[in-house]
Amino acid sequence: MKGFKPSAPFLLLLPAIVVLAAVVVLPLILSLYSSFTPFRLTRPETFYVFVGFRNYLSILSNADFWWAFGRTVLLLTIALNLEMLLGLGLAMLVEKATRGQRILRTLMMFPMMFSPILVGFQFKFMFNDNIGLVNNALQSLGITQDAIPWLIEGHLAFIAIAIAEIWSSTSIFAILILAGLLAMPKEPIEAARVDGCTPWQTFRYVTWPFVMPFAYIAMTIRSLDVARAYDIVKIMTDGGPAGRTELLWTLVGRTAYSDARMGLANAMAYFSILLSIAFTVYFYNKLAAARAQIGAEW
Amino acid sequence: MDENASARLTRRALTVAHSVGLFLAMLVICLPGIWIVLSSLRPTVEIMAKPPVWIPQEVSLDAYIAMFSGIGKGGIPVLDYFRNSLIISVTSTVIAVAIGMAGGYAFARYRFRGKSGMFLGLMLTRTVPGIALSLPLFFLYVRLGIIDTHIGMILAYVALNVPFTIWLIDGFFRQVPKDLAEAAQIDGCTRWQAFWQVEFPLARPGIASAAIFAFLTCWNEFALASQLTRSVNSKTLPVGLLDYTAEFTIDWRGMCALAVVMIIPALTLTYIVQKHLVGGLTSGAVKG
Repeated sequence: MKGFKPSAPFLLLLPAIVVLAAVVVLPLILSLYSSFTPFRLTRPETFYVFVGFRNYLSILSNADFWWAFGRTVLLLTIALNLEMLLGLGLAMLVEKATRGQRILRTLMMFPMMFSPILVGFQFKFMFNDNIGLVNNALQSLGITQDAIPWLIEGHLAFIAIAIAEIWSSTSIFAILILAGLLAMPKEPIEAARVDGCTPWQTFRYVTWPFVMPFAYIAMTIRSLDVARAYDIVKIMTDGGPAGRTELLWTLVGRTAYSDARMGLANAMAYFSILLSIAFTVYFYNKLAAARAQIGAEW
Repeated sequence: MDENASARLTRRALTVAHSVGLFLAMLVICLPGIWIVLSSLRPTVEIMAKPPVWIPQEVSLDAYIAMFSGIGKGGIPVLDYFRNSLIISVTSTVIAVAIGMAGGYAFARYRFRGKSGMFLGLMLTRTVPGIALSLPLFFLYVRLGIIDTHIGMILAYVALNVPFTIWLIDGFFRQVPKDLAEAAQIDGCTRWQAFWQVEFPLARPGIASAAIFAFLTCWNEFALASQLTRSVNSKTLPVGLLDYTAEFTIDWRGMCALAVVMIIPALTLTYIVQKHLVGGLTSGAVKG
């Protein structure tokens, strides 16, 4: 190794690489190994028994797992799309406002400051069938006499969770799209108007392509921690009623810590990791493509 | 004339619709928070009342007083949780920002092979869901004997924050023109000096907001903390929130009060950094 001189960027990145290798990559390798064992926390000797793909096979034939998987994908699809649309709407509303821009922008960021666990708790409180704000309001307005079992009935609980998720993350989209709208040069819009574009055409062919990279940045950031939904679900329903709102992440947590079946849980965890990585890589590529489209250098 | 009048009318209608829409949107955004604050100030009887009491009849700070007067009176050791949260968040933030500065500078200022792949690779470590990461970490920490300690949590949070601080700080260094540092180097600075004398001061507001962002991530994190902490030795506030939920009952008022305690630092800090944060995240969007 004599005469080997590491380059400056390598040295600068070394601490980051070391920390991530020690705290993320190494444990992940360990968990990959244990996903091939019938490891139980209560029986340490099982750590050294190798069972091949048995955990994975038993997952693949497990209906609960597939329900949780499908539900997770469904929740993410609904939530991300609605967040994008609502964020776009909100950003355009705020951009059009003639007065109070600063205060509006601050208010808009309000949900970003809430930790997911607080979001979960606050919506659990609001959707409580007995004392929650939502039911109280509906009853006081005379819309319904019954206490709607928001968190107790499976479908309603899923909707309630989706609402909490959307409430907490729309502002990330709104704030980044707003940044895009504000950074946009005004000439193309004026040119489009002079050329006789309708407002819709102007939006579709001029504004939107320009704002798109910003929307994808928001998407990438969101997909970096989509698993935040774990906190919300954990608090709001803890996967209940009867597993009707169980997501991949809550299922992993339950299998690992309540049932103490670490090996099986690690195998499930790998599915959730792949899901997250797939989302991130997808949006990261979209981001690169959108940047290329508006002629930004990479 | 008629055309003018109708155009004016449409315009006015649009303005009104815009204001109403804006107002409703802001209401939806703010209402949950306001409701929490309000509930933390009301007696439990009023929260539980049927039919609901809309206008608070009695307002008091009892919940907060009970919370901070220690175990036995308030039920949960909030002060311990608060101290743990603070120690863990601050330490891991400082370390993560130091590492992030080195990494962000490397990405912003050097061209090297596999840069884009490296960047994506770093980001991907962040995608590992907290709960999935907690399984092997739990096992490792038990083996190393650092489960339920500050060190263990700090280590985990540093790793959690490094990818994102690198992204942000990279963005801020890109906004500092390269020429400035080069000019300083021509004037006789070493690269090291040029960094501390020229580039660092210019990027400082951005780095500060990256730090605050990292702090907030630690302050709010739950999935890892809920598994890697066990007792008052290292339990953080988000985990402490669960102490208010018993098997069948929930102390709503106490929970609301703790929620307010958690949200106030987050609110203040986010307000300070909001402008820089967006700048850092989007600086790569239109200019490479």
